[in-house]
Amino acid sequence: MFRHPLRGDAVTRRPWAYWLLLLSPLAAFLVAMQVGAYPVSWRAWWHLLASGHGQAGQLHAIIFDIRLPRIVLGMLVGVGLSASGATLQAVFRNPLVDAYIMGLSAGAAFGCAIAVGFIPALPIQIGAFVFSLIAAFLAFTLARTRREVPTLSLILSGVVVSAFFTALVSIVKFLVDPMKLASIVFWLMGSLSQADWRAVGQAGPWILAGSLLIWLGRWRLNAMSMGDVEARALGVDVGRERGLFILAAAVTVAAAVSVTGIIGWVGLMIPHIVRMLVGPDHRRVIPLSMAAGASFMVLSDTAARTMVGGEIPVGIITTLFGAPFFIYLLKRGGAESWSL
Amino acid sequence: MIAVDDLSVQLNGQPILHQVSLKAQPGEVTVLLGPNGSGKTTLLLCLSAQIPPQEGRIVLDEQPLVELKTRDLARLLAIVPQEHHPVFPYTVREVMLLGRLSRVGFWSQPGARDRAVVTEIIDLLGINHLADKPYTRISGGERQLALLGRCLAQEPQVLLLDEPTNHLDFRNQVMILQLIRELAHQQGLTVLLTLHDPNLALVFADHVILLAAGKIVAQGRPADVIGPETMARLYGLEVGMVCQGEQRLLYPKLL
Repeated sequence: MFRHPLRGDAVTRRPWAYWLLLLSPLAAFLVAMQVGAYPVSWRAWWHLLASGHGQAGQLHAIIFDIRLPRIVLGMLVGVGLSASGATLQAVFRNPLVDAYIMGLSAGAAFGCAIAVGFIPALPIQIGAFVFSLIAAFLAFTLARTRREVPTLSLILSGVVVSAFFTALVSIVKFLVDPMKLASIVFWLMGSLSQADWRAVGQAGPWILAGSLLIWLGRWRLNAMSMGDVEARALGVDVGRERGLFILAAAVTVAAAVSVTGIIGWVGLMIPHIVRMLVGPDHRRVIPLSMAAGASFMVLSDTAARTMVGGEIPVGIITTLFGAPFFIYLLKRGGAESWSL
Repeated sequence: MIAVDDLSVQLNGQPILHQVSLKAQPGEVTVLLGPNGSGKTTLLLCLSAQIPPQEGRIVLDEQPLVELKTRDLARLLAIVPQEHHPVFPYTVREVMLLGRLSRVGFWSQPGARDRAVVTEIIDLLGINHLADKPYTRISGGERQLALLGRCLAQEPQVLLLDEPTNHLDFRNQVMILQLIRELAHQQGLTVLLTLHDPNLALVFADHVILLAAGKIVAQGRPADVIGPETMARLYGLEVGMVCQGEQRLLYPKLL
């Protein structure tokens, strides 16, 4: 029999990939801490650590007030986006789904747009968080018929809600003055440049809470991905558990989007890469997606802040780097990550 | 044990089952025979709480089905579906492990004991060579075995099988039915399954129920219920029979 390297036993037994993905955030962290507009060498690092806390120097400020919160936030956002992507792909039995399919991004965009355009008192983060959840809730409620939420209806109502909020954003863009328009557009591109400890404190708890639920329920995602009838036969209360997982994913992504803007592609791509490497069992896919998402996000952001003189929105980087890599993996054996 | 009283089911306004009453005893293999569209699958789906009945009462091991939670039902009853196409290529072992879902705490992961149960069942079914293959890349018959394995991992009292011999070659049909029969007789499982071949029912069933157009037309011991006349009426065919000692064989007469 023809043996593909990504097939059969190899899919489940690939310990090097497991450990590589699991430890990757550590490596990404070390790289990201050193590189930047103000490079920090190993030696300087050592110096700083050896001299103890309480230092108020410039280096200390760069590391602890600028770089560290940005890396922490990047990791949190990466964890949240990829965990919720993997979750929704399992729940919807559809490898092409991520949290944005439910109108989350369009809702967040609208929240940002009215916060910038019309209600200056409303912080962008809160507007985006609230409206992305409203959009997801709308999509969920519209899809609900007879106490069931069929997958196809949810995807369709997500598309409808997205279109609706996108139209609203366009109206706002049309009406606001050009200065505000620029800041809306920049926010929509997705960036970690606003990261500070306050943003970490705002989004972190939500992201961690949602991701924790997903992580704890990771085995049940295997059952959910078998389809409603099978899941029910296995003892899953399908309606309630689907709602729970969708809620966890939506809250996680809404919190992430609220502090960074819309960063696409991570939630879709990272779970795929992980599945290609270690197989589809969500007991591995969920923790490894979180790890890989964190490192991908941090490395992309490092590139975003160092590649050119200024700052590129990291959403552009994730897509620029992610898309070709994804195509490469797809050509190599992508069918292994769903079915054939 | 399964006890069904006056069960009536309509789907989209179409009556599918009409006042069906039956019993399936523990330690016995009960076979449902009936032409396509006679309501066999609907009956099994009703018994596994996938379809709500309009009227009637279903009792599983003294417990009314309506009072059972999804999770408790999965510990009591397992069903092997006719066909199943998963999206993700889980290995056969991972699929079988899911049978343990109702026996593992909500926020927990399967443990050593759950894995041991699955390994035991893999040995029992003789599918060691399949255990680590992707479930999407094995044949329909092999998938049927994997699904049976998943159901056994649930450690149920009641086992329902919807055409378990579908996709299986002659040898595997006999193998799987023999295995199911042994499980019923040795472990006191209540087994209810649907078949298309009356000859297999003659060999393997302890109790046979004939279903036509949503109604039960006969039930009893296989030798009493399955004969040329009853089969001719059930399937609308000319049927002949040859006997050799205890063994009977039905065959279609060509017109």
